[in-house]
Amino acid sequence: MVLDIRNVHVSLGSTPIVHGVGLSVAAGELVMLLGPNGAGKSTLLKAVSGDAPTRGEIIVAGQSLADWCPQALSRHRGVMPQRVDINFPLTAEEVVRLGLSAKSPGRADELVEHLLSELEISHLRHRLVPGLSGGEQQRLQLARVLAQIADTEGDRLLLLDECTSALDPAHQQVVLQRVQRLAREQGVAVLAVVHDLNLAAQYADRLVMMRAGRCVLEGSAREVLTPEVLDAVYGFQARIVELPEGYPLVVPLGQTRAQTAPLKPVCRQAS
Amino acid sequence: MMLTPAGRLDAKPALLTLGSVALAVALVSVSSGAYPLSVADILRVIAGKEAADPVASMVFLEVRMPRFLLGFLVGAVLAVCGAVLQGLFRNPLADPGLIGVSAGASLAAIAVIVLGNTWLGGWLALTGDWALPIAAFIGGSLTVLLAWRIANRSGQTAVATLLLAGIAINAVAGAGTGLLTFYASDEELRSLTFWTMGSLGHAGWDDLVLGAPFMVLALVLAPWLARPLDAFLLGESVVGHLGYRTDTVKKVAIVVVGLGVGAAVAVSGLIGFVGLVVPHLVRQALGASHRIVLPFSALLGGTLLVAADSLARVVVAPAELPIGLMMALIGGPFFLALLLRTRVM
Repeated sequence: MVLDIRNVHVSLGSTPIVHGVGLSVAAGELVMLLGPNGAGKSTLLKAVSGDAPTRGEIIVAGQSLADWCPQALSRHRGVMPQRVDINFPLTAEEVVRLGLSAKSPGRADELVEHLLSELEISHLRHRLVPGLSGGEQQRLQLARVLAQIADTEGDRLLLLDECTSALDPAHQQVVLQRVQRLAREQGVAVLAVVHDLNLAAQYADRLVMMRAGRCVLEGSAREVLTPEVLDAVYGFQARIVELPEGYPLVVPLGQTRAQTAPLKPVCRQAS
Repeated sequence: MMLTPAGRLDAKPALLTLGSVALAVALVSVSSGAYPLSVADILRVIAGKEAADPVASMVFLEVRMPRFLLGFLVGAVLAVCGAVLQGLFRNPLADPGLIGVSAGASLAAIAVIVLGNTWLGGWLALTGDWALPIAAFIGGSLTVLLAWRIANRSGQTAVATLLLAGIAINAVAGAGTGLLTFYASDEELRSLTFWTMGSLGHAGWDDLVLGAPFMVLALVLAPWLARPLDAFLLGESVVGHLGYRTDTVKKVAIVVVGLGVGAAVAVSGLIGFVGLVVPHLVRQALGASHRIVLPFSALLGGTLLVAADSLARVVVAPAELPIGLMMALIGGPFFLALLLRTRVM
């Protein structure tokens, strides 16, 4: 396992947000975290990013998070935060290069070229970041994070917090295809927080549903995205359409109630 | 001059140009004043020729040289500290005065001026001629320490708390300064006002010996901050994701600013504006990467302060304008014009 989360508790200030979550992601696996607002998805991701004090064990690439030297860890674990506000005149290229500090100059140039063109932002390389649109900035941050873990030998983990939230539908596909290829072809383990259930159904190898700080369901899109689960977790009615492409499509039909039904945690709590 | 594709100046030619300007300004600064020196005089003194005019030699070595060096160091340090704080707070409006260090230093200095003959008589006896700069330095360092302790309670340095603590310390120090001003005699008031307006007028080798080690140390430590400060521009959490020890970076930044600004205020009084505007100018012309911003800010800050000091000696000769006043007089309108022209920060 590239990422192994065991019985992790996270509190922000004095408020407990995540209660004893266990979760693992294997090399080459694309796992997506789902759940309503305030379920603790981003907080769990923050714990794995080292941005929130935690109880429990988080193991990245075979080593406990606390035992990693920050510099080495940064080459094995890429973190894309929900949003990055830049109010200084950095160019797009400079931002990508921030992820490349340890690479040789020739290789760095090559990587910058490659990543910018893959995420379709080559034309923006000399533009100042504060003048870019939200979606352009989001793709730029992904390029920066991918640059950071490029070329690393051994296990690699990519953490994405709503990495498609500002993107148009076409670029959502571009970005998630890129992430999927990274997992399938290069064996990177990916843990991504998403809200779009249909993107999750289309791209994830495994879905993990969170609610109220706990993992409540884990499995394939077909197992997790059922009318009963969506009603119980989110409180909305939906029809599930089985697509010939091999994954389900969620069609929302309207809200049922404000209060969601109790659902027993079924995820592994500790190992 | 050649522009890069991002519409910026190319760093190497810009460095060459700024370096030449700095040299020219240095030459003007050491040659102009109440006793004008020619370039030939200066060269003769530097070469140690016997034919050198003893007065010229004395003026150059004892008056102009320490003043130029001190002016350049103070300008460089204030500009670099401004750039460091702006990066740390991710705010182009941050200024060395922000975390209270200038206010703390000036409160201590003013206390020495006003209370030197009464309550602080022992301090004067102990420190002699250096009573004022040493007090200012201690006052500046103590405020940094205080702000740091307040922001550090949970074991991690909270940047927002540091900022708020700085504002509170500024307010308290401002009130203390006001109180002392209220009780000051006319004569004390005069030297107090002069000090708060900043001056290099009394700069000598003693000041340099006192202030230079701290300022040089700040300038030597600053380059280590360049890459992590770039990461700070993306947000505090990203610093850690990119593999830097966020808390160590913050601590080094605070030490750099405490040492640098504390020493600068101690030897030259309050000189505003350099720390705010110089990094801004550099970013506009050359981009926001700190590997560019820090060295260019040092060079431009030093040059600007020396130039302003030369001008301050000439405009109302044989009297001198306070340098802080001079900086604000030239810089304020210039900065406003720049803002109106560019619109986007």
